[in-house]
Amino acid sequence: MKSANKESPSQAAIPAGSGEQPASLIARLTGSLAEVDIGSFPVILGLILIAIVFQIANSHFLSPLNLANLMVQICSVGTMSVGVVLVLLIGEIDLSIGAVSGFCGSVMAVLSVKSGMPAPVAIGAGVLTGVVIGLFQGFWIAKMHVPSFVVTLAGFLGWQGALLYTLGSTGTVDLADPWLIGLVNARLPVWLGWLVAVLFIAVYVFSGLSDQRRRIRAGLKTTSSNWMIARLALVAAGVLAAVGIMNVDRSFTRVPIQGVPLGVLVFLGFIILFDFITRQTRFGRSIFAVGGNPEAARRAGINVDRIRILVFTLASTLAACGGILAGSRLLAVNQSSGGGDILLDSIAAAVIGGTSLFGGRGTTWAALLGALVIGSISNGMDLLALSSYIKFMVTGVVLLLAVTLDAYARSQREKSGR
Amino acid sequence: MASERKPILEARGISKRFGAVQALEDVDFEVYPGDVVGLVGDNGAGKSTLIKVIAGVYHGDEGRIFFEGREVNVSGPGDATALGIETVYQDLALCDNLDVSANLFLGRERTRSIIPHLLQVIDETAMEHEAERIVGELHVVIPSVRSKVATLSGGQRQSAAVSRAVMWNSKVVILDEPTAALGVEQTRQVKDLIRRLRDRGLGVVVISHNLADVFDVCDRIIVLRLGRRVSTFDTHATNAEHVVAAITGAEFGPTDVGKPEGREAV
Repeated sequence: MKSANKESPSQAAIPAGSGEQPASLIARLTGSLAEVDIGSFPVILGLILIAIVFQIANSHFLSPLNLANLMVQICSVGTMSVGVVLVLLIGEIDLSIGAVSGFCGSVMAVLSVKSGMPAPVAIGAGVLTGVVIGLFQGFWIAKMHVPSFVVTLAGFLGWQGALLYTLGSTGTVDLADPWLIGLVNARLPVWLGWLVAVLFIAVYVFSGLSDQRRRIRAGLKTTSSNWMIARLALVAAGVLAAVGIMNVDRSFTRVPIQGVPLGVLVFLGFIILFDFITRQTRFGRSIFAVGGNPEAARRAGINVDRIRILVFTLASTLAACGGILAGSRLLAVNQSSGGGDILLDSIAAAVIGGTSLFGGRGTTWAALLGALVIGSISNGMDLLALSSYIKFMVTGVVLLLAVTLDAYARSQREKSGR
Repeated sequence: MASERKPILEARGISKRFGAVQALEDVDFEVYPGDVVGLVGDNGAGKSTLIKVIAGVYHGDEGRIFFEGREVNVSGPGDATALGIETVYQDLALCDNLDVSANLFLGRERTRSIIPHLLQVIDETAMEHEAERIVGELHVVIPSVRSKVATLSGGQRQSAAVSRAVMWNSKVVILDEPTAALGVEQTRQVKDLIRRLRDRGLGVVVISHNLADVFDVCDRIIVLRLGRRVSTFDTHATNAEHVVAAITGAEFGPTDVGKPEGREAV
């Protein structure tokens, strides 16, 4: 193949099937970590930095108890953030997710406490409410051609009213059903936590290796096996470490508290599920296409309206799930559920993790990374008993820095043609 | 020569009106396999309208369309694509955030079963393999089929769009202003690609304002003016002045008017 003839004549074209990667270390590392969006790399570094800073300031930050608490603290906002990623991918915005989470949480709580419904029914009704809300908002955006900003802003106001109405004069509903309380707080038995970790690693390794094998059989360029093994080992180590930390007895009393909290599993389950959907299915590919160039997607035969409606439905459904998780964690749903910073934290988390605000770029793992960043800052500052104003300012600065760094790194990569 | 071959695509008597404007009036058009025909004319001459009627985006008020000798009804873009008529519009319709392989297969992704009948996932390996084959066959020069389209130059993007038009068993490819906004080297790449399409036996239609490019790559030139077909030229037998005269309507010696050879015989 002749060399590519554009702005950088020094860049020789990589011959097909050669099995070699570009020379520089960063290029090889990021190329091999290509399963995770490359833009997340500086965010991971930032997260490590945050961990170091807070650990120095307060030696309990990286303790098993605090880390487990941190994971539980972020599972609600993190779940909602997955929905935000989907909406951002098609280049839209959803301002209603906070209010939807609160309202759907209240539906669950009221059905359980005031109507005595069993937990699965209450949870199902809460989730279904989210689905209906999402279909409604999505329809209004796609078919009535009202901008998503306006429709979801109306939702932000309207569903907040619905929350207050549902809660009624008491204003607070305390959960009593042990299944609802346990949804987030129940802990997996230690052996089950290890089993889930091993299963995940097994599937991950298997799919990575079989993918490699298929590429070799098709005669395509592959990542070198050293980097492949390093990447698999890194992920496996990370998963085992996380489960190990949560399986350590973190109790201060003689009653042991150990095991992966169920809410964490639910949150991670959503991330893995939607990562699969967005990157491996035709529906997911259509989402990226609509976000990148809706007209091109339409001409290629993709039903753009249907994609938009489905994405907003998923976002509201995930918001409902987040609201249910939040209610479970708090053991109650009240008038401030879904309010406060929850909306902006969900959006900030998605963006910090590397999702583009303009559509077409991002992964669901961004929700995990961003939620960890925001959650760590909040958690660390609580440990240091710092005032709220510092928390807000620091989070704002971190958001600004994260997006700026990401934009810079991306423009550098585009210049070098990768 | 041309009169011995049967056209692969033929339009007869196409008329199209938009309100008070007669965009096309009784226009005939024919494309032969292995032939590059340039469609030229001033702004408003009806070039875009004509190809949109052929591509099924518009429905002609009058006229008939024949494909491989059989009359066909092109009522939507899907009909045209099903016949094997592909159009590459000026905006290229590429997704910048996806790579070349994904763009080539946009909307028609290959899948494989993880759970038979239940779970289908995108078969990246098969698509990449196929994309490399197409790109290699057409001698399109890009760093990799996994390059994001946003990182490609204008000529590479045009080549990618044309490759997508060609890979789905197409028989006629229509290119709307393929070299507008391209530099010299990139224009050369695209013209080479057009010649390769012709060599593969496709019928190629090129709309262009650039007569130098038209003379370089087209075998025939059809001129539209004010919605009518006014001239047909054999590229080797004419020059730019004649073509310009036909485009603008200036009198300049004998010009070939209206009907292609052999129409009366049908």
